[in-house]
Amino acid sequence: MSTEAAPLSDVERIKTESRFLRGTLVESLAERATGAIAEDDTQISKFHGIYQQDDRDLRAERRKQKLEPAFSFMIRARMPAGICTPEQWLEMDRLARTHANQTLRITTRQAFQWHGVIKKNLKPTIRAINDALLSTLAACGDVNRNVIAPPVSELAEIRGRIAADATRLADHLSPRTRAYHEIWLDGNKVETTEQESEPIYGPTYLPRKFKISFVIPPLNDGDVYAQDLGFIAIVEEGELIGYDVTIGGGMGMAHGAPETYPRLADTAGFITREQMIPVAEAVVTTQRDFGDRTERKHARLKYTIDDMGLDKFVAEVEQRSGVKFAPAHDVRFSHRGDPDGWLQDDRGAWHYTLFVENGRLADRSDRRQLSGMRAIAQVHDGEFRLTANQNVVIGDVAETAKARIEALLDEYGMTGSVSKLRRNALACVGLPTCGLAMAESERYLPGLIDRLDDLLAENGLDDDPIVIRMTGCPNGCARPYVAEIGLVGKAEGSYNLFLGGGFDGRRLNRLYAENLNDQGIVDALAPLFADYAKRRRPDEHFGDFVIRAGHVAAVSAGPEVHGSR
Amino acid sequence: MSVPLTESPLEAHEQARLSAMALTWSDQQRLWASGFLAGMAAAGQPALAPQPAAKPLATVLYGSQTGNGQAVAERLAAAAENRGLAVTVKNMADYAPAKIKQEKFLFLVVSTHGEGDPPDDAEELWSYLGSERAPKLTDLKYAVLALGDSSYANFCQTGRDFDQRLAALGASELHARVECDVDYLDAAAAWQDRMLEIGEEFLRPEPAVAPRPMLRAVPATPRYTRERPFAAELLANQTITGRDSDKDVRHLELSLAGAGIEYQPGDSLAVVPRNPKQSVEGLLQAARLDADEAIELDGETLPLAKAFTERLEITRLSPPLLKAYAELGAVKSLRALLSEPDALRGYLERHQVADLVADHPFSIGAQDLVSLLRPLGARSYSIASAPAEYPDEAHLTVSVLREEGRRLRLGAASNHLAALEAGAEVQVYLDANPRFRLPDDPATPIIMIGPGTGVAPYRAFLQQREASGAPGRNWLFFGDRHFASDFLYQIEWLRWRKQGLLNRLDVAFSRDQEQKIYVQHRLREQGAEIYRWLVEGAWLYVCGDAKAMAPDVHQALIDIAAAEGGTEHAQEFVQQLKREGRYRRDVY
Ligand code: SRM
Ligand SMILES: Cc1cc2nc3c(=O)[nH]c(=O)nc-3n(C[C@H](O)[C@H](O)[C@H](O)COP(=O)(O)OP(=O)(O)OC[C@H]3O[C@@H](n4cnc5c(N)ncnc54)[C@H](O)[C@@H]3O)c2cc1C
Ligand SMILES: Cc1cc2nc3c(=O)[nH]c(=O)nc-3n(C[C@H](O)[C@H](O)[C@H](O)COP(=O)(O)O)c2cc1C
Ligand code: SF4
Repeated sequence: MSTEAAPLSDVERIKTESRFLRGTLVESLAERATGAIAEDDTQISKFHGIYQQDDRDLRAERRKQKLEPAFSFMIRARMPAGICTPEQWLEMDRLARTHANQTLRITTRQAFQWHGVIKKNLKPTIRAINDALLSTLAACGDVNRNVIAPPVSELAEIRGRIAADATRLADHLSPRTRAYHEIWLDGNKVETTEQESEPIYGPTYLPRKFKISFVIPPLNDGDVYAQDLGFIAIVEEGELIGYDVTIGGGMGMAHGAPETYPRLADTAGFITREQMIPVAEAVVTTQRDFGDRTERKHARLKYTIDDMGLDKFVAEVEQRSGVKFAPAHDVRFSHRGDPDGWLQDDRGAWHYTLFVENGRLADRSDRRQLSGMRAIAQVHDGEFRLTANQNVVIGDVAETAKARIEALLDEYGMTGSVSKLRRNALACVGLPTCGLAMAESERYLPGLIDRLDDLLAENGLDDDPIVIRMTGCPNGCARPYVAEIGLVGKAEGSYNLFLGGGFDGRRLNRLYAENLNDQGIVDALAPLFADYAKRRRPDEHFGDFVIRAGHVAAVSAGPEVHGSR
Repeated sequence: MSVPLTESPLEAHEQARLSAMALTWSDQQRLWASGFLAGMAAAGQPALAPQPAAKPLATVLYGSQTGNGQAVAERLAAAAENRGLAVTVKNMADYAPAKIKQEKFLFLVVSTHGEGDPPDDAEELWSYLGSERAPKLTDLKYAVLALGDSSYANFCQTGRDFDQRLAALGASELHARVECDVDYLDAAAAWQDRMLEIGEEFLRPEPAVAPRPMLRAVPATPRYTRERPFAAELLANQTITGRDSDKDVRHLELSLAGAGIEYQPGDSLAVVPRNPKQSVEGLLQAARLDADEAIELDGETLPLAKAFTERLEITRLSPPLLKAYAELGAVKSLRALLSEPDALRGYLERHQVADLVADHPFSIGAQDLVSLLRPLGARSYSIASAPAEYPDEAHLTVSVLREEGRRLRLGAASNHLAALEAGAEVQVYLDANPRFRLPDDPATPIIMIGPGTGVAPYRAFLQQREASGAPGRNWLFFGDRHFASDFLYQIEWLRWRKQGLLNRLDVAFSRDQEQKIYVQHRLREQGAEIYRWLVEGAWLYVCGDAKAMAPDVHQALIDIAAAEGGTEHAQEFVQQLKREGRYRRDVY
C-alpha cells in the first residue's frame, strides 16, 4: 500500500519464502561444518528469539587462524511485564551456566538474554525455556516484542491488573505459526488439513519490529514515549479506569542520516480497558498495511505516522477498531528510575529492587549476583520481575521473609553503595556480541561513570540523579535519545554526545559534540557540571538546565536530534 | 611453462604432447622415460609398448609406502638390466600372489610401517604367504632388504616376517637379510652391489640369449637430500588452532624459489631440524654434562651442546639405544623393560634421551653418550599447497609436539619450525610420494579422509583441482578434538563448498560431547553414499594417524562394504580397491 514502484526489501522475500517462519532452519541446525546458520535463516531465527552473533573480540584473530568467526547465538526469552517465578528463575540460571556464557542479561525490555549459545545447544536451550513455560517466540523479529509493564508499584492491585492486561495483549499478538513447535519442541510436523494462517500478521508479518509499553504515572520506567504503542494507566480513586494511548515512538536512527530519527510518541486519546485489545490490534494491522516494506530504515510505525499524518492514522485505527478515542488526560511523569531497595505496597507486601549494573547478572570476585539470585530463588516464594531499567525486583516478600533475603543479599555481596549517576544509567550490550556495535557500551560505561562520579563529587553534585545512557551504535537500544546525557558510539573509542533530554522522558536530546574519546567526554562534561553546580535552580534537572543555560537548544521534533547545539 | 627441445625432429603437436605429458612427471619419472626411449631407439623398435624380456629369471619385488623401498628396488633392477641381467621389477600390490610359486630368484625390498605392520601394498602378498593356501617354495632362492627405523619398537618387522615365512615355506637364502635404518642409502647401495655380484653368478643368461637392448635410466639420486638440503625461506608461520585449543598447529609457508623442486600434490617435504634449546639444556642437565665439553663426531671435534643441537637425535629413543645404554652402564633397571615388548613400546613412545639418563642414571661420559646416539633425522610433512596455486611455495601443516609433564618434552622438528619467524631459513628436501596422487582422470570422484594434520595434502588436492578446473566430485572427511578451535583450514573448506568444488564435507569432533565421535563414525553414517561413490569409480584417500585412525577407517570401510554389498565380499571389495590403486594411504 506504500510506494508501489520500489522493490520490497530482501527481508520481505525471506519472510515470504519462509513458509510461516520455517525457512531452512532444520537443515541449518543439522549442518556440522559451520557454527552458523544459512544466511536467510539468520533473519527467520529472529522471530524464534534467536540472533546469530560472533565474538567480535576474536574476529581478526580467527580470520588469521583460517577459522570461521566464533559464531554463537543470543537467545531472548519473552516474558510480559518481566515476570517469572522462582522455579523459572532457577531454570534460566541453569541455562546461563550450562549453555551460555555464565551470565544472564536483563534487557531494557524486561526480558532475559543468554549470550554465547552455540548452535548445537540451541535446541536444548529453547526446549528447556519452553519446559519452564516461558517462550522465545517473537522475542525478536518483525512482530510485537516483549510487552513492558511496571515491575513495581505501591499500587499492588493496579500493578497486577496492568500486568494481566500486558500478558493478555502479548498473547493476543503472539504469532500463530506452528513452525516454532515443529522446529524446537516436538520436532514433528503437525499433520493437519487446515490451512496455516496468521490472522493478525498475515504471512509476511509486520514491516518491522513493534513495541508496546504500559506505565503508571508518575513513574515512566517503561519509557512510554519511546514505544510504537503506549498505554498510560489512568487511575481514578484507586481504580484503573483505562489508558491514554500513545503511538509512534521509537529510537533508532543512523549517524548523519537525518531521514532517520528518534521520535517521541503522540497521544491519540483515552480508551477503556475493554478497548485495549481491539485498539492495539488496529494499530498493528494499520502498520502492517501502511508501513513501508521497501526500506527497512523507514519501516517503523513512527515513519508511517509521519508519512500518513497523525490524524489520518488515528482515523484508520478508529475505523478498524470501532473505538473512538476519548480526550486524553493531563498526565505528569516525575522520573523513570527504579526504586532503591525495599518498597512496601499498599497491601503490605515488600519488593526489593536489586541494582544490576547494565543488566548483566554475573559472578565477579566481589559481587556474585548470579549465584546470589540463585540462592534467593531457592528460598523465595513470591515472584521476580525484571525492569526496563535492567534491574530485577524480588517481588512479594512477606515481612517475615525480608531478613532471609537480606542475609543472602549480604552473603553474596550483591548490594553496596551505588552512586546516583550509576543507578540511573543504562548501557546496551554492544561489543563483543552485538553485530551492529560500533563501539564499546556495557563494558565501557562503568569505568566512565567512575570518572564522572569524581567530577560530580568535586562539584558537590553526587546526590543529584542524572539520567545517562550509552549505546554502542545509533540504534538506541538503551533509549539514549531520551537521556539527559546520551552517549552513542561511532567508532571504537569514539562517541557522539547528546544533551538536553527530559528527566521524565518527554523531551529528546540533541547532538552536542561528536567523536569524543574517553578524555573528550570528561572534558566536555566538566564545564557543564561546574556551571550546573553554580547556576542551577532548586530541583532543576541537568537536562533542563543545559537548555535554559543555552548550552544546547531544545528539540521539538525528531530530526532535530541530529542538529548540533 | 614449456620445456625447450632444441632442434626437435618432432612435429610441433607431437612435441607439445610429449612436453605436456612430461610436465606431469617427477624428475625420476622423466629420467626413466628418457632411458626407456633411448633403449627403444637402440633396439630399433617401433614406438610400441616395451617388450618384456621373454622369461625373466629374477624378480625384484618391493613393498613400499613412502617410496624409499621403491627407489631402491628400481635402482637395483635398472642396474641389473644395464648389466644385461634379466630381471623384472614389481610392486607387491601389482603382483598376483600365487605367481610366487613360479619364481626362481626373488629380491625382496620391504619397509615396515604402522607398529611393525607391512606397507599397504605388501598386505595382500603377506596375508597370502601367511595363509593355509601358501605353497611350498622349495625351488625359490631369495634375499631380503628390510627398510625400517630403529626408533620404532618393531624394527624392520615386516622384512623379518617375510624372511622367516619364506624360509618356513622351504625357500633358501641367496644372502642374509640386510636391515636398513633411516640412513638407509649407503646400506642399500652396498646391498645392491652384493646382489649384482650374486646376480652375475646366477642370472648371467646363456650366451645364446642376446642381452636385452633396453637401456634403463638409473633413477637419479634426488637433487636435495638430508646431507644437501635446500635452504627455504620461511614466508609465514601462523597458528591455525583457536585460542582455546589444547593443540598448537601451525600453517607454514616456505619459499622454494630457485630450488627447482617440482613437487606434486600428495608429496611431502622433509625438514632437517635442529633440536630445541630447551631439549638440549634438559639433556645436558639430566646427564650432568657440560655444554662446552669437546667431543668427537665423524672425525670432527665440536662442543657437546652443538652436537646435541645439530647432529644427534635426542628426542627419539630406539631399542638399540636402550640396549647399548643398558650394557654400557650395566643398568639393571632397564633389563625388565627391554624384555617386555609392550612396556618397551610404551616407554619409547613417551620418553626422550633426557628421560633415559635421568630415570636410569649412571655417570656416563660425554663421548660415550654421543657414540650411542643416532644422527638427527629429517621429518616429513605433507605439502598442503599445490604448485598450480603457489608456484614457488610449499605450505606445511605442523602439529607442535609439546608435553609439559614432570619434564618438558618437545618434538624436535615441530618445535624448531614453530619457533622460527618469517625470513628464517628452513633446511628441506623433497620427499616425493608417487603413491599418493590425484587420479589422472580429472573427472574421477575422490573421497578424502584426513583428521588432524592428515588434512594437509587435501588442501593441495583441492587447490590443484580448483586450478585445473577438474570436474570430479570431491568429498572430505575431517576430524579433530574441538569444532571451535581445531577445525584446520575451516574457512577454506567452507569457501570451496560454497563454490561447489567441495561437494560434501563431513566432520567429527571427538571431544565436543561425552561420547567420542571420530571420522570412522561419520563414514559409517554415510556408508551407503560412500559405497555408491566407490562403485561409481571414486578413489579414496586416508592420511594422518597410523596407529588408531587408519586401522579404524579401514575397518569402517570393510563394514560399509559388508553392509552394502554383503559380508562375503567385503574384504575382497576393499582389497580390490587397493589393487586398482583406488584406496591410497599416507599415514604416519
Ligand atoms: C538487549 C537490548 C539492549 C539491552 O542492553 O538491554 C537490545 C539489543 C540489541 N538490539 Fe535493540 N536491544 C534492546 C532494546 C532496544 C530498544 C529499547 C526499547 O525497546 O525500549 C530500542 C529502541 C527503541 C526502538 O526500537 O526504536 C532498540 C533498537 C534497536 C534497533 C533500531 C531499530 C530501529 O527502528 O532503527 C536495532 C537494529 C535493527 O532493528 O535493525 C536493534 C538491534 C538489536 C540487536 C539485536 C542487534 C542486532 O540486530 O543484531 C542487539 C543485540 C545485542 C546483544 O548482543 O545482545 N535494536 N533496541 C534490548 C533488548 C530488548 C528486549 O528484551 O526486547
Ligand atoms: C609421510 C609423512 C607425512 C607427515 N606429515 C605430517 C604433517 O603434515 N603434519 C605433521 O604435523 N606431521 C606430519 N608427519 C609427522 C612428522 O614427520 C613428525 O613425525 C612429527 O612432526 C614429530 O616430529 P618432531 O621432530 O616434532 O618430534 P620428535 O622429536 O620426532 O618426537 C618428539 C617426542 O614425541 C613423541 N612423539 C612422536 N610422535 C608423536 C605423536 N604423534 N604424538 C605424541 N607424541 C609423539 C616421541 O616419542 C618423542 O619423544 C608426517 C610424517 C610422515 C612420515
Ligand atoms: C608412520 C610410520 C611408521 C613406521 N613404523 C615403523 C616400524 O614400526 N618399524 C620400523 O622398523 N620402521 C618403521 N617406519 C620407518 C620406515 O619403515 C622407513 O621410513 C622406511 O625407510 C620407509 O620405506 P618406504 O618408503 O619404502 O616405505 C615407519 C615409518 C613411518 C612413516
Ligand atoms: S544500540 Fe547498537 S550496539 Fe547497542 S545493542 Fe543496540 S544495536 Fe547493539
